[in-house]
Amino acid sequence: MSRKIKNKITKASLLIVLGIAIYSCSTPIRQKNEEASGTASTENAAPAEVSTESKDAKGIGKFTKVELSPTLDVKMATIGKEVYDVKCASCHRLNDEKLVGPGWKDVTQRRTAEWVMNFSTNPDEMLDKDAIAKGMLEECLVRMPNQSLTDDDARSVYEYMRENDGVK
Amino acid sequence: MIKSKLMMSAIVLLMASIYLPSCKPKNVSSATSGDAAIKSFVAPGKYDEFYNFVSGGFSGQMTVYGIPSGRLFRAIPVFSVDPEKGYGYTEETKPMLNTSHGFVPWDDLHHPALSTTDGIHDGKWAFGNANNTPRVARIDLKTFRTVEIIEIPNSGGNHSSPFITENTEYVVAGTRFSVPMDNNRDVAIDTYKENFRGTVSFINVDKESGRMGIAFQILLPGVNFDLARAGKGKSHGWFFFSCYNSERANTLLEVNSTQKDKDFVMAVNWKKAEEYVKSGKGVKKDVSYAHNVYDEKTHSATSTMEKEVIMLDPKDCPDMVYFMPCPKSPHGCDTDPTGEYIVGSGKLAAIIPVFSFTKIQAAIAAKNFDGDYEGIPVLKYDAVLHGEVKKPGLGPLHTEFDADGNAYTSFFVSSEVVKWKLSDLSVVDRVPTYYSVGHLCVPGGPTKKPWGKYMIAYNKITKDRYLPTGPELAQSAQLYDISGEKMKLILDFPTIGEPHYAEAIPAELLSKNSTKIYRIEENAHPYVAKGEKEAKVERKGNEVHVYMTSIRSHFVPDNIEGVKMGDVVYFHVTNLEQDWDVPHGFAVKGANNAELLIMPGETQTLAWRPDRIGVFPMYCTDFCSALHQEMQGYIRVSPAGANIPLTFSTGKKAAPAPEAAK
Ligand SMILES: [Cu+2]
Repeated sequence: MSRKIKNKITKASLLIVLGIAIYSCSTPIRQKNEEASGTASTENAAPAEVSTESKDAKGIGKFTKVELSPTLDVKMATIGKEVYDVKCASCHRLNDEKLVGPGWKDVTQRRTAEWVMNFSTNPDEMLDKDAIAKGMLEECLVRMPNQSLTDDDARSVYEYMRENDGVK
Repeated sequence: MIKSKLMMSAIVLLMASIYLPSCKPKNVSSATSGDAAIKSFVAPGKYDEFYNFVSGGFSGQMTVYGIPSGRLFRAIPVFSVDPEKGYGYTEETKPMLNTSHGFVPWDDLHHPALSTTDGIHDGKWAFGNANNTPRVARIDLKTFRTVEIIEIPNSGGNHSSPFITENTEYVVAGTRFSVPMDNNRDVAIDTYKENFRGTVSFINVDKESGRMGIAFQILLPGVNFDLARAGKGKSHGWFFFSCYNSERANTLLEVNSTQKDKDFVMAVNWKKAEEYVKSGKGVKKDVSYAHNVYDEKTHSATSTMEKEVIMLDPKDCPDMVYFMPCPKSPHGCDTDPTGEYIVGSGKLAAIIPVFSFTKIQAAIAAKNFDGDYEGIPVLKYDAVLHGEVKKPGLGPLHTEFDADGNAYTSFFVSSEVVKWKLSDLSVVDRVPTYYSVGHLCVPGGPTKKPWGKYMIAYNKITKDRYLPTGPELAQSAQLYDISGEKMKLILDFPTIGEPHYAEAIPAELLSKNSTKIYRIEENAHPYVAKGEKEAKVERKGNEVHVYMTSIRSHFVPDNIEGVKMGDVVYFHVTNLEQDWDVPHGFAVKGANNAELLIMPGETQTLAWRPDRIGVFPMYCTDFCSALHQEMQGYIRVSPAGANIPLTFSTGKKAAPAPEAAK
């Protein structure tokens, strides 16, 4: 077959392909979109801010009321330190020095237990929606990773923060 | 010239039939043929219906595509090294490619097989065969990683593999190339007929762990075993293997192995074989073959050399093996979902023979034999034949099935797929492929429960279908909608390597079980650093072990001094992240191997042999955060006799390393 004829055919099919491209804007595809099942999340709406910058803010997550005893739960704090060493220490110092994230000194005065535990177990949603978390992301520029802490881990880490802040 | 004209007209015809009507969406009659793009369209962020596990052929990989989108999700390295993932380069994965020939960094993977329970996909494992240096691999479908490779002794090449029985009791491995064995290996090639033998191996698979072991081998005449399928349902307990070169030629097989009108499909009663093994009919053979296992807790592979297999000789084991004549160099021998029909596909034939399991049993009972082949009874062709599909096309290769009693056979020579009915063997539909189709895949096609809906053709030639890319063109697959009476081409998509066989499984059977992270608490790697507190550098003689951690976006340690010429530095990098899809990479200048790519919670090791004095950068290769480009460090190499202490640090001043432990 001569090159010329081949080229003509290619051009013709190009035109035809263009035809389908235009057609593809009509309703059937949109319907297909709506019908499609078994999906990943495609939430596109701008996330609403649901938390304030107040010191009493509890953040977003499953923890709405955490009971704290006036004295330290030593056992829990020890477990919390173990978790800290493996999953937190890479980014958070125990003093007020900022590393990747802020240092933990006095964090128990700055934030509620609920906020800390919600943030450590639900960082992605918090970073998208919580005013304080969003503000901190603007400072640190690295999203806090989800380190797959269990609820108990999160509570123990908070107890270790209390110990770090001088609770006896 | 004529060929290309044919191709062009085929293209024009195709364009006309599929794309043209789409310009007139209001024409109701054309709506069905104008929806090809819609049928394969998966919107951004939406999941596909099926995972398609496709052989990577001579790339040695297995690839995973979404169906119907044809999107490539993953290339799983199996028998070939993969510098992108460090597979075969890291200290942990090198043992996976160990064989009796030493480290073999490449192979040719032809057929995936997905594990089944009661003949239905169970979503646990995929198996793959190595066609060159005979091996079978197992891939864990939770991690999509190769976790076990077993070498096959007494085999010249493993093509007839890794087909599986109904409950994944066995994975088989049949020799493509027969070879001389035992103490009789240094023989003249033209003594093929007296000295060369074939084997088929039955590899058992542990129900829980999936761990493989060679249960037994069967010693057979020196033919070439091509493909195989297990019986199922009523034929459970039997296995069928196609074989060619019954002429037993050792040269110019193109001519010399195609002399006979018929070759064979071999039927093996493996339940009987199990009894013979139990009653001690097998002979122990001294062999040497590698068995490599990857441990998901230590993130490391170990390679063990096995020394023995049990060999069954049909001469000592009556009623275990039969041959059935099959026209013209058979390739596929495929069992239908009921287990009643075995479809042979003679590569050079113009008919498709369909055998009946019921008739095979009757012929065996009545000893309806047509003599024997090398001592193995040959069943009479007419006695075991259900019937022949007449004039289906040229060069049938392979057949898959749907759940409605239809068979789909690929035709290499006439470049088409033909749909026909198992009941009356009538041809229902035919559709062209572009071009020279090899294997087919219908989701669940080889199981008792085909999921149907799509048929995928894996083609050998793609001239004129893709943009030119030098002398070599894209490898390719084509997707057909088979939900209606007529097969409809809806998508072309390129593939990696040469696609041979493939299987497809509903996405929901796998996606829900997918591993997201390795739990750092469960990491049992001997060189793990669980947290930066455990990061350190230790010297053991001339080995320097770096226990390194990575988290967005720094390494600990990132400054290392005191390494000397002649040292081997082992970077054991632990990724401390515990979030899905946050791998870190690791590379160091001048490394003679590859990078590390470390998944969350995992530890991997790169061995580095510095070849000169200086300070060498190292960095994270996988873009991990806004400060990824800052994720870097230095290692200093001093002369052999230098007096520089071993120190390491990140951020703060260098801390002295612990005393050398020798
Ligand atoms: Cu990184």
